[in-house]
Amino acid sequence: MAIVETRGLRKHFGDVAAVDGVDLASKEGEFLVLLGPSGCGKTTLLRLIAGLEQPTAGEILIGGQVVNGLPPRARKIAMVFQSYALYPHMTVFNNIAFPLKAQGMSPEERKKKVEWAASLLGINRLLHRFPRQLSGGERQRVALARALVREPSIFLLDEPLSNLDAQLRASARDELQQFQRRIGTTTVYVTHDQVEAMGMGDRISVMYQGKVRQIGTPQEIYHEPADTFVATFLGSPPMNLVERKDYLLGFRPEHFLPKDIASVQDKTVTFQFRVTRVEYLGADRLIYGVVAGANGESKAISRLSATLTFPIEPGKGYDFLIRSQDLKFFDKATGLRTGPKLL
Amino acid sequence: MTNLKGGLSRTPVYGIVTLFAIFAALPFFWALITMFKEDSDLYTPANNPFLYNLPPTLEHLELLFFRTQFLRFVFNSLFIGALVVVITLVVAVPAAYSLARLTGRWGEQLGIAIFLVYLVPPTLLFIPLSRVVAILGLQDSLWSLVLVYPTFTIPFCTWLLMGFFKSIPRDIEEQALVDGYTRLGALVRTVLPLSIPGILTVVVFAFTLTMHEFIYALAFVSVSAQKTISVGVTTELVRGDVFFWQSLMAASVLVAIPVALLYNLFLDRFVAGMTLGAVKG
Repeated sequence: MAIVETRGLRKHFGDVAAVDGVDLASKEGEFLVLLGPSGCGKTTLLRLIAGLEQPTAGEILIGGQVVNGLPPRARKIAMVFQSYALYPHMTVFNNIAFPLKAQGMSPEERKKKVEWAASLLGINRLLHRFPRQLSGGERQRVALARALVREPSIFLLDEPLSNLDAQLRASARDELQQFQRRIGTTTVYVTHDQVEAMGMGDRISVMYQGKVRQIGTPQEIYHEPADTFVATFLGSPPMNLVERKDYLLGFRPEHFLPKDIASVQDKTVTFQFRVTRVEYLGADRLIYGVVAGANGESKAISRLSATLTFPIEPGKGYDFLIRSQDLKFFDKATGLRTGPKLL
Repeated sequence: MTNLKGGLSRTPVYGIVTLFAIFAALPFFWALITMFKEDSDLYTPANNPFLYNLPPTLEHLELLFFRTQFLRFVFNSLFIGALVVVITLVVAVPAAYSLARLTGRWGEQLGIAIFLVYLVPPTLLFIPLSRVVAILGLQDSLWSLVLVYPTFTIPFCTWLLMGFFKSIPRDIEEQALVDGYTRLGALVRTVLPLSIPGILTVVVFAFTLTMHEFIYALAFVSVSAQKTISVGVTTELVRGDVFFWQSLMAASVLVAIPVALLYNLFLDRFVAGMTLGAVKG
């Protein structure tokens, strides 16, 4: 086990800075998620750590040792690609044994190791098959088993669940997390799916335009976003941002409740909310509408649990409130989080 | 009923295919019949050329095998073909791989440029190449052809292989790098096994290109013992205005059949190779 660390890491492709000065350090045995929209540089960062790309500037450390000049094979890492990259001309057994062959392990030892990894992932009965004869979920397990046999100090996973259908993804998420807990290897996991990130990560590093915008536990990222990008990237629907004279006021849709049914003792702020549309989503109702802002009206969304049967009709105005402690304040120019302002 | 209808509606297709098959096979059929004909049978214009009007004879095969160096020509052609295939693979595989993988956008342009070299006709190129051959002292030696043939097999095969290498996902190769292999190890263990159809295509292609090459073989080699089949047969069996037709036919058929069988063996993969190269090259 080891920690992975980057210092001032940069990667430029021509004029484009795919990774733009990233300082990041994992903790021992941690499940660290790199989260961001596509093109934010998260996969490039992972490939830099793996040694598949050479950094333009900065350092990468694995287990305290600078690995910049080392080829991927010398970095004691294992990587699972989005496509799983199974070797199509080899059986599952040979796929899993492939990294062991590179280590010069004897055939008997290899067999033992492959069987150990296969039983850990429940794929013993698939060992004689070829990748084309496997389902998406089975392929993912084979790829994990192949990563596992190397006993790497770091696991690098690049959107390994994105090729699975929605139902399978939920169970695979659970399995993958349990698997990581069991083996306890430091894992860097790249995804653009916030549900995956929130559900699996010990910590999440939110990336945008090649930079790390915030790093923290899922709770911190969600409840205490560092800037407007993080605030609006996480959460579905995203955080409401209402423009005020010299700042932006943010609040989560689930904290924005009709005054008549909210039974809160805390200090609150009330808005006149003009409803334009109501979406019924089964467990929730999404109320779309506008509230008064500094430059005219700002759009806002409220998420009400289906258990709240309070009647709301489009076209009408209602009093909605938010607890003061649930309000976030952001600088208008930089988008960065600021201290509370007087409303 | 529908089957009958379907069969009937396809009649024109079968008709065309049959006509084309006859058109393509007729020269071979004619050659096959002619090679066993007596001179007096062949040279009598009133005789049906597709029938034996006199009993067949083996004397022209005897002429071919025992009074010319036919077997020597065949051996020379096979020897040159095998060596050229090996040289082509040794050069074209790494060239195509690096053009496909390592040089990015330049790779494609370079690949096209290399392919353009293949389009320069040998009827022009043999002039400067004859100087090269002379300087190296390889005139009248089949080694001149071993040297010269790769100049057209390598460009074409490089271009063909580029298409194959590009069709192999980069992930697989990078996975091998992460799994503990060097780039060369990854190439040998993952890229090459997955490129076998392409490599077979290249083998067949390079081999047939050398087998039917005529200009260079005619220009650089004039000693009988060093001639290839394409030049040897036509120069040794056409003496002045005397054509040894039956022996000529026999020589063509005997060489064409193994090549045809070889092609047939790899036909599917060969077609896949051609189309892939065409699309991805």
